[in-house]
Amino acid sequence: MDFSFATQQIIYGLTLGCLYGLLAIGYTMVYGVLRLINFAHGDLLMVSAYVAFFGIIIFSLPWPLAFVGAAVLTAMIGILIDRGAYKPIRKSPRISALITAIGVSFFLENLALVLIGGRPKSFPTPMMFNGSLTLGQLKIPVLSLWVLAVTLVLLIVVVTIIHRTRVGMAMRALSRDIETVSLMGIDENRVISFTFALGSVLAAFGGVMWCMKYPAVEPFMGVIPGLKAFVAAVLGGIGNVTGAAIGGLILGLAEVLIVAIEPDWSGYRDAIAFCIMIVILLTRPTGIMGENLPD
Amino acid sequence: MNENLLQIQGLVVQFGGICAVNHLNLSINRSEIIGLIGPNGAGKTTAFNVITGIVKPASGNLFFLEQEITGKPTPVIARKGIARTFQNIRLYDDLTVIENVMVAAHCAISYSFPEAIIGFGRFGKDERRIKSRARDLLELMGLAHLGGEKANSLPYGSQRKLEIARALALEPKLLLLDEPVAGMNPTETSEFGEFVLKLRKDMSLGIGLIEHDMSFVMHVCDRIKVIDHGVEIAWGVPHEIRNNEKVIKAYLGEG
Repeated sequence: MDFSFATQQIIYGLTLGCLYGLLAIGYTMVYGVLRLINFAHGDLLMVSAYVAFFGIIIFSLPWPLAFVGAAVLTAMIGILIDRGAYKPIRKSPRISALITAIGVSFFLENLALVLIGGRPKSFPTPMMFNGSLTLGQLKIPVLSLWVLAVTLVLLIVVVTIIHRTRVGMAMRALSRDIETVSLMGIDENRVISFTFALGSVLAAFGGVMWCMKYPAVEPFMGVIPGLKAFVAAVLGGIGNVTGAAIGGLILGLAEVLIVAIEPDWSGYRDAIAFCIMIVILLTRPTGIMGENLPD
Repeated sequence: MNENLLQIQGLVVQFGGICAVNHLNLSINRSEIIGLIGPNGAGKTTAFNVITGIVKPASGNLFFLEQEITGKPTPVIARKGIARTFQNIRLYDDLTVIENVMVAAHCAISYSFPEAIIGFGRFGKDERRIKSRARDLLELMGLAHLGGEKANSLPYGSQRKLEIARALALEPKLLLLDEPVAGMNPTETSEFGEFVLKLRKDMSLGIGLIEHDMSFVMHVCDRIKVIDHGVEIAWGVPHEIRNNEKVIKAYLGEG
């Protein structure tokens, strides 16, 4: 394996890793605040993909508008999921919330199946994201640069919000003790809604970029990325935003590089993530950057 | 006559078949320190939980500044001016000392998400005000030099003080202290007693106090309510309580 081949594969791995990372941040934020694995989070990828798709195809919106619309609508659906499904059972045992999350996930997938149909639709990738730059023997897809840049910017925005703003401070306080936060006069449900909205916006960006990379929009497209992003969140240390991004990158790189080194294993692509999950849970259940969170 | 802050009438709280609080009446005025004492499991903390809206009562009415607060959501009650501390310290241990206070100081200020995210204009000014207020409170509690430390790295006594600083950041009219001197040595306890009296004088707060340290309670409180198994067994000024037979029985058991 020569140098340029390796670099090429690393770029592909990082691109995939960023997409996992964007989704993983949403998982990890909701877990941090509510101790809930929001299994419906992966399906938001599908929601945003459809919104962007219909925005461009049916309503002939210019793509930037369609993408912003996808982010806004996905955020609203994220809030709606919390208010409709999780809020009523906030005080119930955690297992109820987990089962509800799986239910919401199935609901969204099948709703899309009923409303839109199961035939994959081809995503109209705007011209400016097509093509690639050639650097010597290296071919860098323009989309990869976009994915890397957008992920980096969003990660900085999220970390800034969490550590520098009031609502971020409330989120961090909430992750320690919901009851005392409400005793401080803060409406915990507003902070939780904000958390869902923020996570959903990241999922929306991830979804749109995922579609430009793999341009087939279908109701179950969010399942596997969602599960892998969950693995990435656990790998990075669930509850930790930077950890989730790092977990995503490691996962993306591992998937691409292992297949690049041993092409015969390409059929086992999806198994790699779950093998990593098993190893992490056996050796370091708190993940790379994780710490023991209070229950 | 001082302004009435809190009025509890006929409060009943049930957990399953157990009656944790049974027809409790209590009134706290401005600048008044009321002690709530009783053996373990008497329902004192439950009463605090009802006042702050965490536990919903089965019956009874609560008024704060003549407004009904029975069954209102916790944040609403907190914003009206009721703050509390906890028997087992409950700080945000991952946040810094000053952030712990700032979380509570926020609610004194109107709070909308666009403003909270875009950090300019009115928000920037509020942010500075919150920070300086938090610093003042840390100063008051003698924790100013520890502002940047993580809350869980503080020694026990300082954590207790931080909890009070956090409660005061709400700018409360009524402060509920749940066993504030538990774990303190006699010197710390008597210092804390002076502090509570000073707090009452400087801020004309009403204070509700749960405590097992009797000399502390007798020294600090204006009036004391004794409850046992959720039922009021005595009410009066400290020296009346000290000599009340029912109270002695409740604490020592019947010989």
